[in-house]
Amino acid sequence: MKATITEKIIARASSRKSVAPGDNVWVNVDILLTHDICGPGTIGVFEREFGKKARVWNPRKVVIIPDHYIFTRDEKAHRNVDILRTFARAQKIPNYYDVGTPRYRGVCHVALPEEGHVRPGEVIFGTDSHTCTHGALGAFATGIGNTDAGFILGTGKLLIKVPETSRFVLNGRLPPYVTGKDIILRIIGDIGVDGATYQAMEFCGEAIGALDIEERMTICNMAIEAGGKTGIVEPDKKTLAYVRARTNKPFEPVESDPGARVASTRSYDVRKFEPCVACPHLPSNYATARSKKDVRIDRVYIGSCTGGKLGDFRMAARILKGHTVKVPTFIVPATTHVAEGLITESINGKALLEIFAEAGCEDIAPPSCAACLGGPEDTIGRTHGNEVVVSTTNRNFMGRMGSKTAPIYLASALTAAASAITGHITDPREFM
Amino acid sequence: MKNTGNRIEGKVFVLGDNIDTDLIIPAKYLNLVPTIPAEYRKLGSYAMAGLPDSHKRLVAPGSVKSEYRIIVAGRNFGCGSSREHAPIALGAAGIGAVIAQSYARIFFRNAVATGELFPVESAQRLVDVFKTGDAAVVDLDTLTITASATGKVYKLRDLGDVKPVIEAGGLFGYARATGMIGKSRRKRTAKHGKNCNA
Repeated sequence: MKATITEKIIARASSRKSVAPGDNVWVNVDILLTHDICGPGTIGVFEREFGKKARVWNPRKVVIIPDHYIFTRDEKAHRNVDILRTFARAQKIPNYYDVGTPRYRGVCHVALPEEGHVRPGEVIFGTDSHTCTHGALGAFATGIGNTDAGFILGTGKLLIKVPETSRFVLNGRLPPYVTGKDIILRIIGDIGVDGATYQAMEFCGEAIGALDIEERMTICNMAIEAGGKTGIVEPDKKTLAYVRARTNKPFEPVESDPGARVASTRSYDVRKFEPCVACPHLPSNYATARSKKDVRIDRVYIGSCTGGKLGDFRMAARILKGHTVKVPTFIVPATTHVAEGLITESINGKALLEIFAEAGCEDIAPPSCAACLGGPEDTIGRTHGNEVVVSTTNRNFMGRMGSKTAPIYLASALTAAASAITGHITDPREFM
Repeated sequence: MKNTGNRIEGKVFVLGDNIDTDLIIPAKYLNLVPTIPAEYRKLGSYAMAGLPDSHKRLVAPGSVKSEYRIIVAGRNFGCGSSREHAPIALGAAGIGAVIAQSYARIFFRNAVATGELFPVESAQRLVDVFKTGDAAVVDLDTLTITASATGKVYKLRDLGDVKPVIEAGGLFGYARATGMIGKSRRKRTAKHGKNCNA
């Protein structure tokens, strides 16, 4: 039977010849990812159900990356990291990226692939809805709750329903002003925040092939914003090069069979795409950036798993170079690798870090999720009043960045940077 | 109030479409760990704290329990985060069932896996039928919600594939019942797996 990449990965992980959408199957888990927000509760479930002395099914397959509430005085946040640390030590979990040590990395969805834990054809569950990011490398990856994760810790298995696949074909050559963020916001705008409920969103076509891995991650990351079970891109040469540069572990890439049945196919010509924003309070509130130029803003936030990767900062720097920002502009690298890249990467001999400093951006924040999801009151970049924010993050729900009365416009790093210069929502083509 | 069997009776709290997890439990409360009993109760006190300040509150200030037992909502309930704090906050507040037109799947799954509340789909849109404060009865055996004042009965959709998991009280109960993992090493104290206080 012809099958999609998602069905083939799930079939292999459940030791079946084939699976069909709607089947409920137990799959073997290759990686379980957790962090400081859901890790302590997951550990609590594990110890409650399997016993205080129970051992995790495979310490090498558990990856713990504290990243959410790190640079805060919040005592419970510190306590939660302590719980992770104690557990990692007791269970001898090698892939624990501890706070306050050289192993600290930052945002889990950027760190996980950076550290070689994402491999094509594998099954990844994470206690975070944006775990679907990792489908960008041809893995089946999805977000789960503490109870499911606690179950995996004890058994290495999870019961899942095989999702239907909806395919998005992105044809044409991508204009330099159109980014992965613009692509996914356009798609979510078309299908709505529940337009892909429980489906695997498979992205393919010339424009996807032309994107680098980080941009593909941005697209897959936001599959959940359309209700998707996962986002996925078939692995290609770029994928294999990215993965092999980061891990020696063997893996078996999987591709969709030509002619495999999908629930729906949507084709786009990306040459017609424009820089865009998602208006408050849903990621599906699509508008072109130029149509929103009357929206005055108070703040720009460049960071997170969808907007704080090195490629995002390259885009922002390209726009900001030689300009001055009109509003407070937060620069929050996702990981320590990205932070290093801000120093080592340059445009015309000027380090990205210098470009941001000369443009008048806020001091570079330490890598973490920071204000993407609000967090404790003292979180850097968190909103507290009526600030209008242009943000490269992935959600603009009411209150998402802290204050219920601070509207959030989601955008690419290009659009965010252009808007920072003018103080209103701005199409980056004005500066390209 | 405890759920008795598959019947939930009490006051209805009405919400709209796309009720996201930041509305259900704002991120600043995610430093609370649901498996710590005191923090589980605290999560209940913050259930739906992300609603606009002008909105009626699910849980009265200073209380950890809601006066409501049933949430009636529109499409895509629970969209957003995988935070299990969301169904747990509602369950801890005393919500026994959410009756929505459709669910975001991670929320749905977390509600089922934890056994914190019954996530049931309504056959028709009910947000205009019920008003916050109306009394109602949800019956999972007959798959109905009845408005107590009028006696009018509205259909709920079948629970489908997850029915055995719900009936077993959650993922662990189901896995034990079906032999996936060993028998319970711990006594359950509450209804349908509401076990955070155990």
